[in-house]
Amino acid sequence: MNAELLTALTIFVLAILCGFAVISKVPATLHTPLMSGANSIHGIVVVGAMFIAVEADEPVAYVLSFIAVAFGTMNVVGGYVVTDRMLQMFRRKPAAPAAEKAEA
Amino acid sequence: MELSALETLVRVAWVAGAVAFVIGLIRMNSPATARNGNLLSAGGMAVAIGATAVFLAFETREEGLNVTGWVIILAGLALGGGLGLYTARTVKMTAMPQLVSLFNAVGGGAAALIAIDDYLRLSATPSLQVNVATVLDIVIGSITFTGSLIASGKLMGLKITPSRPVMIPGGQLVTAALALIVVAGAIYLWIPNLSVPIMLVILAAALVFGVTMTLPIGGADMPVVISLLNSFTGTAVAMAGFVLDNPVLIIAGALVGASGAILTKLMADAMNRSVINIMVGGFGAAEGTQGAVAGAGHSVRELGMDDAAIQLAYASSVIVVPGYGLAVAQAQHAMRELAELLEARGVDVKYAIHPVAGRMPGHMNVLLAEANVPYPQLKEMEEINPEFDRCDVALVVGANDVTNPAARKPGSPVSGMPILDVDHAKAIIVIKRSMGRGYAGIDNELYGNPKTGMLFADAKAGLAELITAVKAL
Repeated sequence: MNAELLTALTIFVLAILCGFAVISKVPATLHTPLMSGANSIHGIVVVGAMFIAVEADEPVAYVLSFIAVAFGTMNVVGGYVVTDRMLQMFRRKPAAPAAEKAEA
Repeated sequence: MELSALETLVRVAWVAGAVAFVIGLIRMNSPATARNGNLLSAGGMAVAIGATAVFLAFETREEGLNVTGWVIILAGLALGGGLGLYTARTVKMTAMPQLVSLFNAVGGGAAALIAIDDYLRLSATPSLQVNVATVLDIVIGSITFTGSLIASGKLMGLKITPSRPVMIPGGQLVTAALALIVVAGAIYLWIPNLSVPIMLVILAAALVFGVTMTLPIGGADMPVVISLLNSFTGTAVAMAGFVLDNPVLIIAGALVGASGAILTKLMADAMNRSVINIMVGGFGAAEGTQGAVAGAGHSVRELGMDDAAIQLAYASSVIVVPGYGLAVAQAQHAMRELAELLEARGVDVKYAIHPVAGRMPGHMNVLLAEANVPYPQLKEMEEINPEFDRCDVALVVGANDVTNPAARKPGSPVSGMPILDVDHAKAIIVIKRSMGRGYAGIDNELYGNPKTGMLFADAKAGLAELITAVKAL
């Protein structure tokens, strides 16, 4: 086992502990957006896909890396946008009830 | 190892991205800061991807700039970004869970593709450390890819992937056999051997395993399954990080893998289910008997549309209890229309939202908000429960287990689950397709209550008829 792998393992283990710690007592209303938010984060895989794309030198690698980049980007962009849409609806609207009464 | 200035910069940017992911997730634990947390996380992602692009464009490579590679990156970014943006912005809020599952599928697929590409590139017998991560990435990534696609299909109600549990004859044997192939193949490659055919066999077995694992699970349990697969994808991405020796992939992947696992547990707890029960699918199978079972022993009173309309229209307060059935029938707009009609007649209407109402925890709030139900009318369980004592009519639309008084007594599968005190209302109207059971697979004592009247109808059709009946009064 070399030093680099050990460093990677250290990072991996600490990040797992961090992942356990960041989820506390979440109200059930936020379970779905939180899942969707976490789902967007693993879209970081697009970074890896970009690395294999610049190394690609034959048709199979071209195809694989193209699909990987497209998939990863879809995960990132779609994930964040849909999470934001969900959270937008959860937003407590402190001004809204008063405004509605004014209209009525 | 001395890093160039450029590489130092990109690595610092990755750390910044990782910090944004962690803080973003922490902020998403609370409603007040959730949106801000998601934006912070998105900002971190933009920094990490942007820095990577700059690094790849300016690093000095012996072969010079890989033009084809860059065309691929730009085309992939444009295609994936466009598809993601379009679907995320146009999806109806009722269809949102299946879209999240689809995004999860492509994420897992990308992680698997990275490992496949890496494996095909290997020319000598790989070292064990490369090999373990590569094979794990292929296996986990492929399982989440097909598993999430099936979960998404089930939520969409596609014919090939019906939302009811699908029992393949000998299905569990097939699943077990596939698992065995994957494990045996992985051990063969880990010994280590370099064999592309064996890698492809593992890949195929893992892809099919994802299908056979998800198909037997009922639609009602999909939220927990999607959350579990989300955690798997995180792990696959971390493995891709090991394959490419890339720290930001390891950090983000492990973070999602772990937080996703905790979240899965929280979701299952809120539904009073165990993750293992769900994955084995035994419990979900009870759904298959839906409709065939009538309330055991106690008689049930069926209510006519007009009677129900009169009860509602002349009540002074009505509490609506929306549930899974309302979400499935997409009846939230009809629900709001009926509520507005009643309010115009001076009835006080409120909505009782159980924490797990809908297709996913918190989903009902989104659906009702989308149908423009005023936010102040949505009441959480703790807030609304004392009000059932004073309410004239509780209108239960497609909710079942969360109203079952059996939960207050020990000895039933729902025992201990927090419920809405619907039975405290002066009268109860239940709109439901049949006497079928909920996920818990038990009879609902509420339906045998003398105060309860049943309206057997699909939520949307039933509400439409009620609206007509109330208008005719």
